[in-house]
Order: sequence, then structure tokens, then C-alpha cells
Amino acid sequence: MRFSTICPSFDPGLLSMLATKRILTALALTLFANEARAADEVVVYSSRIDELIKPVFDAYTAKTGVPIKFITDKEAPLMQRIKAEGEHATADLLLTVDAGNLWQAEQMGILQPIRSSVIDANIPAQYRAASHDWTGLSLRARTIVYSTERVKPQELSTYEALADKQWEGRLCLRTAKKVYNQSLTATLIETHGAAQTETILKGWVNNLSTDVFSDDIAVLQAIKAGQCDVGIVNTYYYGRLHRQDPQLPIKLFWPNQGDRGVHVNLSGIGLTRHAPHPEAAKALVEWMTGAEAQKIFADTNQEFPANPHVQPSAEVAGWGSFKADTLPVEVAGKRQAEAIRLMDRAGWN
Amino acid sequence: MKRSGQRRWYPPVLAMAALVLLPLSVLLLSWQSIDVAIWEHLWATQLPRLLGNTLTLLVGVGVGVTVLGVSLAWLTSLCQFPGRRWLDWALMLPFAIPAYVLAFVFVGLLDFAGPLQTVLREWLGNGLRLPRVRSTGGVITVLVLVFYPYVYLLARTAFLAQGRGLMEAARVLGQSPWQAFWRVALPMARPAIGAGVALAMMETLADFGAVAVFNFDTFTTAIYKTWYGFFSLASAAQLASLLLVAVVLVLYGERRARGAAHAGSERARGQLRYQLRGWKAFAASLWCGLVLVCAFVVPVLQLLAWCWQRGRFDLDERYLGLILHTLYLGTLAALLTVTLALVLAFARRLAPTPFIGAGVGLANLGYALPGSVLAVAIMLAFSYLDKALVIPLAGRPLLLGSLAALVLAYVVRFMAVAYGPLESSLAKIRPSLPEASRSLGVGGPQLFFRVYLPLLVPGVLSAALLVFVDVLKEMPATLLMRPFGWDTLAVRVFEMTSEGEWARASLPALTLVLVGLLPVIGLIRRSARRIGQSQ
Repeated sequence: MRFSTICPSFDPGLLSMLATKRILTALALTLFANEARAADEVVVYSSRIDELIKPVFDAYTAKTGVPIKFITDKEAPLMQRIKAEGEHATADLLLTVDAGNLWQAEQMGILQPIRSSVIDANIPAQYRAASHDWTGLSLRARTIVYSTERVKPQELSTYEALADKQWEGRLCLRTAKKVYNQSLTATLIETHGAAQTETILKGWVNNLSTDVFSDDIAVLQAIKAGQCDVGIVNTYYYGRLHRQDPQLPIKLFWPNQGDRGVHVNLSGIGLTRHAPHPEAAKALVEWMTGAEAQKIFADTNQEFPANPHVQPSAEVAGWGSFKADTLPVEVAGKRQAEAIRLMDRAGWN
Repeated sequence: MKRSGQRRWYPPVLAMAALVLLPLSVLLLSWQSIDVAIWEHLWATQLPRLLGNTLTLLVGVGVGVTVLGVSLAWLTSLCQFPGRRWLDWALMLPFAIPAYVLAFVFVGLLDFAGPLQTVLREWLGNGLRLPRVRSTGGVITVLVLVFYPYVYLLARTAFLAQGRGLMEAARVLGQSPWQAFWRVALPMARPAIGAGVALAMMETLADFGAVAVFNFDTFTTAIYKTWYGFFSLASAAQLASLLLVAVVLVLYGERRARGAAHAGSERARGQLRYQLRGWKAFAASLWCGLVLVCAFVVPVLQLLAWCWQRGRFDLDERYLGLILHTLYLGTLAALLTVTLALVLAFARRLAPTPFIGAGVGLANLGYALPGSVLAVAIMLAFSYLDKALVIPLAGRPLLLGSLAALVLAYVVRFMAVAYGPLESSLAKIRPSLPEASRSLGVGGPQLFFRVYLPLLVPGVLSAALLVFVDVLKEMPATLLMRPFGWDTLAVRVFEMTSEGEWARASLPALTLVLVGLLPVIGLIRRSARRIGQSQ
């Protein structure tokens, strides 16, 4: 038996030679259509999903004619791909959420600083990397939500107080595997130290009314359904659910107004170390920190613009103003591993 | 002469093994440095619990898919009861539903805040407490309902292929249907059932999407935590390679257990089915119907309801592109994977040397790894190839970010899915057949096209179908390696579920199920017709 038995040449009777050739050429073209890159396009790897970034990019392309290509995935694989591509980079920019992830990208050495007076003027230093490797674009608070039917706002005060006995069997949390909770824990460690934070987390876990949920929306729905009375979520999830159901019997509460303030995190963007179009990419980032883009970018996801001169949408402004934690957001990254270990020890899955 | 003939098979098998070995070696190389702190932490706080969970899940899913798959296959292929004709193919439909989709439908529908419990509380008062939905039992149920079609499909083919001669013999010898099942049909179908259960268990081991919806921590959870949380890809790769060792042991055990069992070698002829009557017929219809309702009808109805409430507003002209990309990738990957799996199956049959055996075994390992880990390992491997081979020749990387790389990633991941059905259907062709053909002067390509291929058609179609549907559902490799603009339906599902927008994920999920259904229905109708003709 010969190998040709299995892989015979195409039977000319089945496909005319011409058609075969044409199909093969077309196939080869699509298979390796890694066409040479246009001079002025920008390529973005994004862990923020299509519908939250496309409106901004479309606006930029309409305004300047610069095409923007992007793919979406989770942040860790995207960072790994940028690292693997190395000098032959495809991506100019990494767009992701949570300062913890941006800090990791910085540590991996896959970003390079953008020196820009425009960005420095638009975004407060607290929401940028000290190294200029990345800048925040939009802010979200991770705050307490409560059932208006079963909780009076006077009963609430701080994140820490959710560990008290009075909340036993009344708290809902999302899984500790989500970076948002890891960042929140990191700021707790920064404020209180590891030992006291562990006590707080154990208190939270003890107060859980049910197993932790896989996403924030589920936490809100559990409160609505009466499975629990309080929870901790990102503000825009509340915004989304509230838009669908204006009668939602849940409200946001701004904790820790007497001390350090509400935990705020961000979504941000950084220039890759070997970006093929650094100038075009820098121009895009500068524009994204400006008024027009900030408005679209934040409003699409009901977030707060990172540029303090830009007003949040009326809907978001309606949630009330609050004092935000002034810790540099980079703390989230620096203490992420420690936070995960602590959460594991506290039994927060 | 014979030896040199065997040696001809070495290059293709070697090439396939190398394609899989490349990403695997990325995992193995991770052992160069060990982060002791991470391992100590995992061991102290995580691994004992996760290993226990994983083992429970494996046993539960293994038993569940065997009971469900074999009982359904036996009923629909060898018994006659009301509804059998359409249940026969309808029971394959759940295969088109991705595990992560069934998981979020199940939790969304049944959890405390879901519509069912809400209605029950309205009727019966707030004191109502039902068993927890997001529990070990819940995860096992969902995984059994999505993975039983592997066993069902393979066992059904095996039962049908046993032919009526055997059953007649059993009856003549005074065996009741029940005895014939235990003493004749089941032992003879064991290789096929074993292959199906092995596939289901490998999927279970590698699953992350469905268990994440339940927040049920398994060994894969540790892998992801190490990578996404501690950002230590090396430690994650080390954990993944341990998982691989476990899988190799499972597969080896399956091969050994298969041992001397030989698949039935009779041609499928008309089936003489056992006519079930009275309560037995009713119970058979009820059982098959119940599985179909739980695994397919209810989830699809829930998806439709969500689609109507929320998903339909997302429908735009871009969906055509999503569907076409999905179909194109699925078809291309299925064609290539099945062709290469055929080469492996023939190599294994015609050149049964230990070397070929090892190579074929290696080529089948991709399926056992968690998708994301395999995806990143393949990505790193292609990136290495780009740097070592392509850039010196072409001046710029061509592989990474190309469609070719993505399709090759599918081949690596789903080779085992295609190989299983092909090997078992090849095993049913008696060696005397090609020998006779050769003595009549039919050899080479003619032998393949005129003798083997017609006999292999059912196996080839099953294999192609399984790969096609698996590619549609595949997420991590598609996300990481798709070229710009090549979004698929699975990508859209990922984007929605990653935001917790389950209701809106219903539109891409439902479209995905529908696209996956077309070939499922086509295949089953075709095989039903063949058997109908021969009757």
C-alpha cells in the first residue's frame, strides 16, 4: 500500500483543472492574507468588547480617515500574543480594563511610554502610570448596592462594615477570580494591612447568603429577587440593569465617605513596545483622552470619563457625586498576587 | 517489501505528531523554572479541594453519559416504540448546543432569581427553598446533557453495525432482549462506547466555560487562576502538563480495557427491532422524550425567549458575516482534520508498528488540554516558527494572525474527535476485503476510492460532523488567533457572556445552534435513509 492511496492527486473528472487552480489560489490568498500593513492605520488588541469600543473608533475614522483594526479577547492571552510577536508586532495599542491588568502589561515589558502634554493635561496623574506606559480612559466605581425594600441607607457605612454580624446571610458577592474583586482587595490591603484585611474578607464570606456568582449582573438580580440584601458591583452593571428596568428596587450606596472614599478602577490603553505605527497610535490615544471621544467612550458603557473636564452622562450623574479613593490605581497591580492569596485563604472562591 | 511499505507511513504520521508536539513542548519547557511560592500556595489552599471536585465531576459525567448514551442508543437503534423514528435523529440535536450555553441557560432559568423560582415563590410564598442549582449536581447534569451525544452517536453506529444476524442468533438461543443486550450487543459495542466516554471525559477535564458559569472550581480553574491572576503562564503550563499526564493515563486505560474486544464486523443490514408494547413502549418514549426536552427543547425555548426580549435588537447586517465566517472555518477545519485523521487511521491499520502507534497517540492529545492553554501554546509555537523559519525567508511573520494558523490550531485540538469514529469504522472493514480487491487487480487510489471510501462514508461523515460542530463552538483559539475582521458567532457569545449579558448572548448562541443543526440533521437523515433502503 502506498501513501498515494490516501492522498491521490485530484481527479480531473471531479474538478476541472482551471477551477482547481482558481480555488487553490483563492484559498492560499485567504489563508495567508497577512497583507502588508497600511502606513497610517492603527491596530488595537482589546479586552473591552466590540460594542464598547467600535463607536469611538468609527468616530475617529470618520474624522481623520485613519482606519483602525482590532481584535478582542481576554487580557492575559492578548498580552501573551504581544509578547510573542516581539519586534514583529502587529498591535500598536493594548486596550484593557482594570489597573491591575495594565500594571501587569507594564511589568511584562510589552508597553512603551507615550510622552504627550495633551494626555498629561487631559488625564489626572492618579489615573496614569508613573512610567507613562499607559493611561486611563474611563472610570468605574466598585461600590455597594442595596435593596430599597429591605435595607435603609442609614444601615450602610463602609466596605469594611459589610463584615459585621448584622449582614449575616444578607450579602451577595461575585467570584474572587474576577480582577475587579482582586483590585478592591488590593486597596484594602494597602489601607489596613494583610491581617486586618483577611479578617474583613472572612467576615464577608461568613455573611454570604449564597455561593458567589460568576458576574455582577447575577449579583444584582439576586438582590432584586430577594436572595440577598446587599452586594458589591461595578456601577455600569447597575446602570445597564436600571436602564432595562427603571423600577429596579436597588440603589447605589457610596461607602467610606468619611475616610478614604469609594474604590475606583479604570479602563485604559497603552502603546506596545514595538508598535509598527507609534505616531498614528499616539495621535489616537491623545484624541481618545479629549472631550469628544471621552464622551462617547464613557457614555457607551455608562462610565465616568477619566478626563475631569468632561461631564458624565445625565444618567450617570444622577447617581450622585461621591468622594473617590485617591490611592494610585497601580496599587491594584502591585498587590494583585497578594490579594489573590489572601482571598484564597479567606475562602472567597 | 512489507517493511518498506510500512515505512512509507512514517513521514505523514511524524509530521502530524510534530504538529501536536510543538505546542506540547511549549508546555513541557515551562518546567525549566518552578515558582515555588505559587505551588505552595496552590497546594495549601486550592489543589486538594479542586482535585476532589474534578474527580467527582469526572465520575459523575462518566457514569451519566454512559447510562444516557447507551440506553438511548439501544432503544432507538434496536427497539421499536412510538416516536422512535424521529427521536432517533432528534437525540443528536443537543450536540449543537455548546456546554457554556447550556450552562448559562440552565443557571439563568433555574437559579433563585430565574423565572421558574420567581413564579414558584409567587405561588407558594417566599419561604420556598429549593435545592441549590449552582451545585455539583447541577454541573454534572449540564455536562452530561451536552456530552452524552458523543456516546449516543458512537454506540448507535456500533449497535446498527452489529447486524441482525447476531441478534437473531441470540434470540434463537433463547435470550430475552435484555439478556441479548447485556451478553451480546453491549460487549461488542464496548470499543465504540469507550471511545465516546473517553471523548466526553476529556471534554469535561478541559472544560472551563460551563464550570465558570456555575463558579464550580475544578483543576482547570487553578490553571486559569495561575495565569490570569498570578500572571504566571509558566506555572499554568506546568499545571496543564500534569492534566495531560492524567489524560494519557485515562486514554491508556481505555485502550487496555478495550483489549481484545473487537468491533462487530457485519455489514449493517435491515434491523429486526424488538417491538416494545404497553408500559415498556410508553417508558421508552418517555425516557427518550425527557432527555430531548431537558437537553434541547427547554434550552432552545429559553434562548428564543431571551432573543425576543433582548437579543433581537442586536441583529444587524454584520450577522451575515459572522455566520459566513463560522461556516467557512468549520468546513475548512472539518475537511482538513478528517483528511489527516484518515491518514493516521490508515497508517495505524496498515503499519501497526509501535512507532506509528506512539505517533498516532501523540497526534490525538490536543483534545485533552483546556482550550485556552492549548491556544496560547499553539500561538507561541507558531510565533516561534515565524521567527525561526518564516521571517528569515519572507522578511515578515506570515503564520501568526493568519487563517492557516487558526485552522491548524483547530486540527491540533480536534484530531482526536475525527480519529475516534474513523478508526472504529475502519476496524469494521475486514482485511479480506482489500485483499480480495487486490487479487482482482484493484489497488492504489482505485482501492481507496472504490473499496475503502464507500465503506467509510458513515464514519467520515460522523467525524466531519463532530469536528465541524466542535469548531463552531470553539472559543479560546478562535479569539486568540483569528485574523482581523474574522469574528465568528462564538466570539460574539464570548463578548456578551464576559459582560454577564446572558440574555443578549442568546442571539449569537441561538444562531450558532441553528448553524450547527443543519449538518446534524443532514447526517442523521442520510444514515436513516441508507438503513431504510437496505430494508
